[in-house]
Amino acid sequence: MPVEPGSHRFRDAASSALKDPGLRANFRRAMDGLISKRAAQFADPVEWRDLKRLGSAIRARSLARLPELLERLEGRCLGNGIQVRWAETTEDANRIVLEILRSHGATRVVKGKSMVSEEMHLNEFLEEHGVESLESDLGEYIIQLDGETPSHIIMPAIHKNRQQIARLLGEKIRGARYTEDIDELTGIARRVLRKKFFEADAGISGVNFAVAETGTLCLVENEGNGRMSTHVPPVHIALMGLEKVVENLEDVPPLYSLLTRSATGQSITTYFNMITRPRTEAEKDGPLAVYLVILDNGRSRIFEDPELAATLRCIRCGACMNHCPVYTRVGGHAYESTYPGPIGKILAPQTDGVGARHDLVEASSLCGACGEVCPVGIPIPELIVRLRQEAAQPEPGSTVRGAGTGGSRGESLAWRLWAKSHRHPVLYRLLGLTATRLRRFIPGRLPVLAAWTSARSTPRPAARTLHELAKSAGVADE
Amino acid sequence: MSDGARARILERLAAARPKSPAISDFAVVARKQWAAEARYPRLRFLMEAVHSEFLEATEAGWPLAIREFLAEEGLSTLLYGPGTAAAGRLEAAWAAGTRPSLVAYDRPIESEDLKRRLFEDIDAGFTTTRGGIADTGGLILWPTPDEPRLLSLVPPVHIALLDSRSIHNTFWEAMRVEGWASGMPPNALLISGPSKTADIEQTLAYGVHGPKRLLVVAILPES
Amino acid sequence: MISPETPPDERPADVYYYGTCLVDLFYPEAGLSGIRLLEREGVRVVYPQGQTCCGQPAYNSGYSSEARAVARSQIERFSRPWPVVVPSGSCAGMMKHYYPSLFDGDPFLERALEFAGRIHELTSFLVRVLRVRLVDRGEPARVTWHTSCHALREMGIRDEPASLLAQLERVEVIPLARESECCGFGGTFAVRHPEISAAMVEDKAAAVAATGAPTLLSGDGGCLLNIAGRLEATGQRVRPVHIAQFLWERTRAR
Repeated sequence: MPVEPGSHRFRDAASSALKDPGLRANFRRAMDGLISKRAAQFADPVEWRDLKRLGSAIRARSLARLPELLERLEGRCLGNGIQVRWAETTEDANRIVLEILRSHGATRVVKGKSMVSEEMHLNEFLEEHGVESLESDLGEYIIQLDGETPSHIIMPAIHKNRQQIARLLGEKIRGARYTEDIDELTGIARRVLRKKFFEADAGISGVNFAVAETGTLCLVENEGNGRMSTHVPPVHIALMGLEKVVENLEDVPPLYSLLTRSATGQSITTYFNMITRPRTEAEKDGPLAVYLVILDNGRSRIFEDPELAATLRCIRCGACMNHCPVYTRVGGHAYESTYPGPIGKILAPQTDGVGARHDLVEASSLCGACGEVCPVGIPIPELIVRLRQEAAQPEPGSTVRGAGTGGSRGESLAWRLWAKSHRHPVLYRLLGLTATRLRRFIPGRLPVLAAWTSARSTPRPAARTLHELAKSAGVADE
Repeated sequence: MSDGARARILERLAAARPKSPAISDFAVVARKQWAAEARYPRLRFLMEAVHSEFLEATEAGWPLAIREFLAEEGLSTLLYGPGTAAAGRLEAAWAAGTRPSLVAYDRPIESEDLKRRLFEDIDAGFTTTRGGIADTGGLILWPTPDEPRLLSLVPPVHIALLDSRSIHNTFWEAMRVEGWASGMPPNALLISGPSKTADIEQTLAYGVHGPKRLLVVAILPES
Repeated sequence: MISPETPPDERPADVYYYGTCLVDLFYPEAGLSGIRLLEREGVRVVYPQGQTCCGQPAYNSGYSSEARAVARSQIERFSRPWPVVVPSGSCAGMMKHYYPSLFDGDPFLERALEFAGRIHELTSFLVRVLRVRLVDRGEPARVTWHTSCHALREMGIRDEPASLLAQLERVEVIPLARESECCGFGGTFAVRHPEISAAMVEDKAAAVAATGAPTLLSGDGGCLLNIAGRLEATGQRVRPVHIAQFLWERTRAR
């Protein structure tokens, strides 16, 4: 997704989203539900604190040893019979997947949920090359039918209500009648998709955790479509971002617990699927060939900065977006990035450039809700501020993409003047005096005030400042 | 392409100087403990909350209990993996009479029309379990050559045999006590209930792709 | 974020008062009320006239060298080893948590850490250090309370305001729906993304109005200014008041 520097695409898209009351209601309802389910899971603050600390430590340790762990993972996988491919870009990853499919003569693919495949725009790529690539997660299936992208990383169709989904399935699926009953809608999808699982030549999945110690790929799901995609077809291709590796098998349970409780408020999902080998000789089912594709796509660049590398701790639970007052109001599509919400605000500017996605970096009130709920301790608000610095005043030697392309000369001058007046008490007091004495004459149409007064009355300074009140009340100065 | 990519990616990663991490303190997981006799009731409570069903039986009585369950529910075919001790018990229980019919998953999925039958004709699949997890509820399954992976996935009803004395406190404890890291099977699973989704308006619907029902046949000690 | 050590909660003889620029300009009565509340507990309050702004607006906008210059000038004006009491969770959070990181690798870091270790948010200082006992002298009143994001998440202020209000016998606190959700102020965010900020403050003001309470209390000038602006623009008759002013007005001897 190339984005022009200084683009206001997010602001514009958010503006349209804000004018859609149906969309706002769908998100509000969903986020309120997710917030309360998560809160019930972490009712014990001591457990939450300790588990978050452990999850953060595990992810930080995995990153501290990242190159070594990736090599160990590769070695284990090869030893277990899983073939490993490396891709620097999404184009490379797409080509690798296509080559694997062609080598097996596969033309019908079923997919489990994978955000990396969304990064790759894999479905479009495969369709262009004559391969049917069908999403099988119910939410993903719904939005694929409608030609959309996910609006949430866990609940991809969260922007739609049941009437919209009922109309869609009624129109697009042969033999399906219009129904708003959720069990019936689910039944329609089951009928279509079980036939596809049966016929598929290959299955594609994501990876939630890849264990270097044992070469095990872990998948988290409720629906069973992930297991269908990875157990039924003769070929399984797993796609992972290179940050997904963890050191030891015992690192998995705490992360799994943090993931499901943070994401959907479940203490455990229906299925936790640990794949270590393709079908062995004596086995009667399971894929005959398993491939692991490890994707970089900008991650190794993020990894170069010791502070921003914390972005890569993410386990894709979505809690940051569920708790974000901005996401809740504008929805996921406005971000025009694979990962929306707060994690997208720190990820997209690093992969696309801080100048190009400056409007995302700016789109935070820094309320801190995301950092508070992040189960692996990513200091998202602090990283947002850091990216604002990178956009305006990068440190020499900055490795951040597009560093220094976010500020403007006017803005820079304004802050310099601001600093001057706020370092000199006399100047500051003079400003205070001016504002208080002229308070009745502040025009509502000043450019800065126009944004403020679009929804609020014009702010009026008090008649006298606290400096003056304190002095006349005899409060000591030193 | 891939080899060059591998080298370049690893080189970039190796050039970075990541922050050293804090110690991983697993005490928060290790302190989750329940008395042995409290684990099964807890597991049952948590799994029932996500629509798992329970049938309690004795060591001697469970095969017949399954047969009766199938008959009562009108399920006419049960797929199982021959070769395990439990399979022998099932076969023995079917010695008299053939209804409901007991079907052996005894050849590769590609053989004859086994895959089609599995998707279209089979009503229920039977598996054993390695144990359960008290903390969250959930069964541990290690599919084997005798008990293939799809038994617990494709048939509309999954019947899982659980020894109520084989329940660990936590997932973490299970993998440590049993030493999983030194020998992971091709596939290992945790299963906590029938397949479900909440992708439409956050409303739970059961039986989306996999089993619509999960019946846990729990063997209780005779007292 | 480099976190300074928090000193033991001993009752001091002298404290500094950091008014904050928003209180200075928009809520000076609230600022003075905070001083009165402290003085009534027998503490000598010093208000350095050289203070200006904590620097958060520049810091949050990515202009850290400007923020650093202003931060340094503030620290230098609060050089005695006294606690610094701030009637704002947001400015307190800036000084406690981000001043040290501003001077990371700078010889001034030690002073920044020492200063940060003396920062206290006002309600927390009243409750935890001074252990105030309030006597309610006001008429029966119903209020609602808006917590500020930075008070909550940076300063860990959860129960302190409620425990102060609970001491006022004739005050009933009506809970605000989604109390911990941001009001949409966010400093320059309100200007950079006015439509999103507006949507947030619309919801917050509507939630305030829905409580039916005639008074809205908060401990942060930014939130008050934002929500008050929206309430006024929509003709809601809710009086927004800083908690320091409310506490002082109800408990002062007449």
